[in-house]
Amino acid sequence: MYRYDEFDERFVRERVAQFRDQVARRLDGSLTEEEFKPLRLRNGVYLQLHAYMLRIAVPYGTLSGRQLRQLALIAERYDRGYGHFTTRQNIQFNWPKLRDVPAILDLLADVEMHCIQTSGNCIRNVTADHFAGVAADEVEDPRPTAELIRQWSTNHPEFCYLPRKFKVAVTGAEEDRAAIGVHDVGLRLLRHPETGALGYRVLVGGGLGRTPIVGKVVREFLPKAELLAYLEAVMRVYNAEGRRDNKYKARVKILVHELGEEEFARRVEAEFAQLDGPSINADPEEVARIAAYFAPPAYESLPARSARLEAAKATNPALAGFVTTNVFPHRVPGYAAVTVSLKLIGGAPGDATAEQMRAVADLAERYSFDELRVSHHQNLVLPHVRQDDLPAVFAALAAAGLATANVGLVTDIIACPGLDYCALATARSIPIAQSVAERFRDPVRQQEIGPLNIKISGCINACGHHHVGHIGILGLEKNGIENYQITLGGDASEKTALGERLGPGIAAEEVPEAIERLVEVYLAARGAGESFIDTTRRIGLEPFKAAFQSFARKEVQDAAA
Amino acid sequence: MAKPNQPPLPSILIANDLLDGEVLFRTVSGWSPAVADALVAEDLATARQLEAEAAAATRRQEVVDAYLVEIARDAAGRPVPTHYRERIKTLGPSHRPDLGKQAAEAPAAGR
Amino acid sequence: MPLLDRHGWRDDPFERLENGLVAAAGSVLVPWAVVAEALASRRPGQALGVEVANDLDPAALRPQLAGLDLVSIVFPSYADGRGFSLARRLRRLGFERRLRARGPLIADQLADALACGFDEIELDEASAGRQPIEQWLRAAEAFTANYQRGYATTESILERRRARRNAPDRETAGAF
Ligand code: SF4
Repeated sequence: MYRYDEFDERFVRERVAQFRDQVARRLDGSLTEEEFKPLRLRNGVYLQLHAYMLRIAVPYGTLSGRQLRQLALIAERYDRGYGHFTTRQNIQFNWPKLRDVPAILDLLADVEMHCIQTSGNCIRNVTADHFAGVAADEVEDPRPTAELIRQWSTNHPEFCYLPRKFKVAVTGAEEDRAAIGVHDVGLRLLRHPETGALGYRVLVGGGLGRTPIVGKVVREFLPKAELLAYLEAVMRVYNAEGRRDNKYKARVKILVHELGEEEFARRVEAEFAQLDGPSINADPEEVARIAAYFAPPAYESLPARSARLEAAKATNPALAGFVTTNVFPHRVPGYAAVTVSLKLIGGAPGDATAEQMRAVADLAERYSFDELRVSHHQNLVLPHVRQDDLPAVFAALAAAGLATANVGLVTDIIACPGLDYCALATARSIPIAQSVAERFRDPVRQQEIGPLNIKISGCINACGHHHVGHIGILGLEKNGIENYQITLGGDASEKTALGERLGPGIAAEEVPEAIERLVEVYLAARGAGESFIDTTRRIGLEPFKAAFQSFARKEVQDAAA
Repeated sequence: MAKPNQPPLPSILIANDLLDGEVLFRTVSGWSPAVADALVAEDLATARQLEAEAAAATRRQEVVDAYLVEIARDAAGRPVPTHYRERIKTLGPSHRPDLGKQAAEAPAAGR
Repeated sequence: MPLLDRHGWRDDPFERLENGLVAAAGSVLVPWAVVAEALASRRPGQALGVEVANDLDPAALRPQLAGLDLVSIVFPSYADGRGFSLARRLRRLGFERRLRARGPLIADQLADALACGFDEIELDEASAGRQPIEQWLRAAEAFTANYQRGYATTESILERRRARRNAPDRETAGAF
């Protein structure tokens, strides 16, 4: 993991002092609320429905046990004993007082954390593949790149007053677990087909929200050393030319769309050509310095198959089921990555209590080289567990109530906070997730249905990524009541696809039954071993639409009768 | 829905405390965390007064996000927002009856 | 209008004129629309500044730059960061004279403005009234160093790390 050096340490302390001063200036009237709002947002402080909300950066989703413990402490001391892991690999607290935020920032700085740029019209926390350093299909660990971008984008003097927020995601693997196609900038590490040199494929202009668009490749291959200068060029073109007349057209995706991807790329290249790369890019020593922190931990050499695990599985079907769903293969023989599902049936997706955080921190320290990941699916990951230790890890998780074996299944639902917390929401998300999870709670049935991603957003801002859910649910308001639109066929993987609407919106109570109908269509039509999303690709939307619409029509008639 | 510049009626003034974020209701003489204490504007003149108070309290660095909310009365005569968003705001997260104002009001809280 | 730079409030030597007819004897600041006229009619030695919108194409300004003593870039609101990029581009074109940011900026932006190549900020009376000069000067010093190379008025963190690495005393140079 990256560790702060004296410069990072001083920077973060100075940032805390700066925010403390900003709060003081707000309270003494030097700053109006209008002026203060962008400043507090740039430090992750929102005003939600019931209280302020504080969003803490978890850079590229990597945490240590100590850091997670500190989050647990903050949850208890300054919040209501729990936190919410977000779809951007961050964590947010729902009840902090503005007066306490500087003290919370001090506690974060003590463990090399901060809230910098977790909101606001600036470059946000950089996200990355949660299986970085684990996955076998990886060309290079994306985290050194993400850390380099984190530092470069932090308090950038030119790019903190952008037309709109700006999100960057990095992956180093073939399978895209970072959803780079739906970010303002998506970077994919790859080798040049001829020279074998490392570089990036650069996508710009992806995003969800009101106008979902898949990012366009603006550079097929950018040499690795030129990253920062190229990003500076992209940002300058966007800062100067992105629309500021309409907040819904201000994301870079609209600029790319309106100019056309070729023209956008041409302008970026023209700017890039004017820049003096060597005076902007990080020098190779700096890149190597950062990369050294992400060197693989001291793995033992182990057999690829753990006899101990196999024996335990044979006598413990719950463990066997857990291993099937929640364990991801590790590139190092004898190891595995364990996903700790935060999708407890009856819980709020992504929420974890202070006790749960401590339980996971313990496991990370004991079994995973003191490392953890937050996934954009709102789960936690123990990335480097010996297969021999899986029975013990499973038992400890079960004791903490965290052994839900549903990763990637129908109850592993992504949901934004929705109207239960969010001031921008048009409808609730969490109760919908709960009712769908309740309906499909039977673990045997979940296995039978197989991989199925349901994603729920409480408004058009799409923090729940509903457009890229195999089934997407969008909460809106219709005639003074909550109303949910269902989409189908979205995909957040390297086959990025946006879901299509199946028909009219439905009431909250009808959502579980509607999902049931869609699952029935799939089960009836699927071929051997064919997943939900593959079936929808093969048979198309029509059969699903027909089933959904006959259901929705009937509901409307019943309601009218 | 009220027209722009036309305050909703009957209505109450709702806001968040600047320093701690808590939802507050304007009373006859100040702010209260309990909706039952809210001053209800039944007429345009009172609503206008509340609007003026919203602006003034914002300027005084007391509250943020102050605005009027349309209400109805429950059986006990207490004001209840007519829109579900504002109802959630006066109660707390709907899936967590143990949190927010609803927690303090619930008899189960043992007070 | 109040004018400040990294040292505090200062007097504005430039007189703002609405047209290009340079009647005044001293330094003048004219709108972009009349810059050609003003350049043509100014007296020898008379300092001339121009005020431009933040979406001006820097290429349009290029031919005039050599004759100008001041470019003032308007910030319609403090959240509109286009002026920062325009300043960078003007500096890159070789403009070395005075660069001004004009608009309702806030104290925290003095450091950003200086880093992007501005020399000074011209405020309206209302924002100057609310934000005492001490706040600006304190905010400008909020950070010892930033991460970006090629911006700051002080050395960036990357440069400092490099200096550290190359320092003869290698003992202290390692990361912990
Ligand atoms: S999608 Fe809407 S409701 Fe959900 S968190 Fe984002 S802004 Fe709030």
